[in-house]
Amino acid sequence: MHNDTDSLPRRDSRKARIARNRLHPDHNAVLAEMLGTSRVGPSLWPGPNGLTRRNPHLVGFSSPNGIKRIDRSGAQADTSLNLRTERQAVVVDPRTSVVIETPAFLIAVVPDLPGGRLSAHDRDLLGLARQLADADPAVPGAVLAIVFGAIREDGFGTAGVDRLLHSLTHSPIHSADQSPGLGASSNTQCGPEARLAVLADVERELLPCHWLLPDSPIGGADLGRRLAAKLSERPATQVWQINQDAEGKRCSGLGAAGSTDINRPLPRLVLALPECALPVAMTRHEARPMTLPAPLSRMPGRIQDLGAVAVNPATVALGEAEFILAAGRGVSDWAGFHNAAAVLGATEGASRVAVDDGFMARDRQVGASGTWVTARVYLAVGISGAIQHLQGIQSCDKVISINLDPDCDMVKRADLAVIGDADEILAALVVLQQRIQEKKDAA
Amino acid sequence: MPHKVFAETASVDGLGIAVLVSVGRHPLTGRTRRADQDARAYELAFSIAGARTALVHAGQNDAESEPALRGYLGMVGAPEAGENTAERLAVIEQAAGADVLPALVNALSELAPELVLCGMRAETGEGSGMLPYLLAEWLGWPIVSGVAQVESVKDGIATLLQALPRGQRRRLSVRLPAIVTVDSAAPGAGPSAFGPARRGVLAVSAAASMPDEARAGWLTAPARKRPKRLKIITASSARDRFKAAAAKTQSGGGKVLTGFSPEIGAEAIQALLKEEGVLSS
Repeated sequence: MHNDTDSLPRRDSRKARIARNRLHPDHNAVLAEMLGTSRVGPSLWPGPNGLTRRNPHLVGFSSPNGIKRIDRSGAQADTSLNLRTERQAVVVDPRTSVVIETPAFLIAVVPDLPGGRLSAHDRDLLGLARQLADADPAVPGAVLAIVFGAIREDGFGTAGVDRLLHSLTHSPIHSADQSPGLGASSNTQCGPEARLAVLADVERELLPCHWLLPDSPIGGADLGRRLAAKLSERPATQVWQINQDAEGKRCSGLGAAGSTDINRPLPRLVLALPECALPVAMTRHEARPMTLPAPLSRMPGRIQDLGAVAVNPATVALGEAEFILAAGRGVSDWAGFHNAAAVLGATEGASRVAVDDGFMARDRQVGASGTWVTARVYLAVGISGAIQHLQGIQSCDKVISINLDPDCDMVKRADLAVIGDADEILAALVVLQQRIQEKKDAA
Repeated sequence: MPHKVFAETASVDGLGIAVLVSVGRHPLTGRTRRADQDARAYELAFSIAGARTALVHAGQNDAESEPALRGYLGMVGAPEAGENTAERLAVIEQAAGADVLPALVNALSELAPELVLCGMRAETGEGSGMLPYLLAEWLGWPIVSGVAQVESVKDGIATLLQALPRGQRRRLSVRLPAIVTVDSAAPGAGPSAFGPARRGVLAVSAAASMPDEARAGWLTAPARKRPKRLKIITASSARDRFKAAAAKTQSGGGKVLTGFSPEIGAEAIQALLKEEGVLSS
């Protein structure tokens, strides 16, 4: 504080002013000079008497408006420097690695893998499998995933798979079935009979303790029931919970078209619904590849897959359409709208106004009093977004809006909103799409 | 596994179809009715011209189930479809809660149909959807599930359209005899007419019923509505958990294009549609 060469303590009033003003550009430098090195030291240190000493002035930092802030997240690296340091995004993977070298038993899971990737349903099912495998820490079991066809998933380990059995059962008749536009068709590379034969091999060679399959219409429900009939096991179907009580494990599933809950002892084969368990989050497993001994000779399949069929999107039910082009009051060129739906390959939908005015059929109405749609992409043309309509499109992933009014609710909901005349933009979109198709035809 | 040898070639003329029907339950009133998918299966049988259709029901035969079963007899195919409409329904009487599989296997072995149509699962009881698979395993026939349309039956091979999610269809061919389960995406069943339903015959026959012992120990309760899953937050510190819980849902994060020409707007839309992969080209 004072100059050693001088006998009188002298105050530098300018520096004192700067030291009081946290917003001054030289504030830090002046403080460091006035307080020596102690200012740069820790805000917490062991004192000479064993007491922990704390300097509260060194905790926190000055926010841009001069107010002192304390960030307790630990992201502030060096608070004692009184500098607003850049937040360091240190990505620490919280997952712990788990290796099960000699499993006491196996839980076999056959995920659907739509498009070669684990679906949310598959992840829930693997979470359920982990519940069963890790029930007793003294006797750890391993989760064996049996996957078919082409795989694009690399997160089997983080999804909870200990052992991975990849079966490439391509029969020649099914290899022709790969149309790129249809997501579901990637699941059809080998028929259910070929898959069943592989599962029967697994049963014979590895004898899993439990079989878990997704009760999903894209394949798991069919394959699981085939397996149950083959193994003569009575499966628990539509299971949504497995719990442990005094007598052993029990499971709850739906019965009688979803109108009853059936609680029963856990059988060997379980077909589970989505959200049957939480997906694995905190552990990473090894997903060690496995192979089976050479399979037995296979019977030729009696079911032949002739491939996906091109479906006219106009005939697809609104509730299960993937891409919907919906019209509202803003559309005046209805011929152009129908043409656009045909060119884009979209299913047509409508708001209540368009239906009431007689431009669209009643079964095309989207919203609370019409159909609740589940489309992945919803293109709303001239729809301002009444609350009933927005309810109907709640589960749509991507919403695109074409509207004249930039403040309407549909624009707020939309992922992409284009402000302008609906008919003109739709016509431009049709021209663009036709140009691309012509190019493709010429090539 | 009892294996029965059937005629190798089947022309459409005189194709034997057995439709397995069950007693359904109305989801709101709880009254007995035609099971929805079974009625669709019968409707699908009408679409195969020149076939002979037999209706088979195995289960309880009481005052409550009779109107439901007569509902099937009241379904009449279009006149151009031919002699597809069944005037009698074979009822194999079984005790309440019995396993109807052995009775059905016997009945189907006697009937020797080339195509068995049924719904995917029952609307009462366990409703596991296992019956067609077990029948297929016992009879040694192939099974195709979730069919929406029968395209053709020729030379002992049926070409079928299987319903997939999102309204997609897959074409399959299966060698007959086969079991085919019918999806809810198949054409809906027509109304049931009162006159044919009264005139139709319920041909009741008795068969030994096998009690389902395993089901005795199960607890059955009316289904509760399952709670929606909450957002899973896996944060290590309290501050992160609080931030995640207090975070507002992302709204208004969309891009808004104002004051551009229609062409630029259309290009932006097309780019997004392509990115989502919904455009065919």
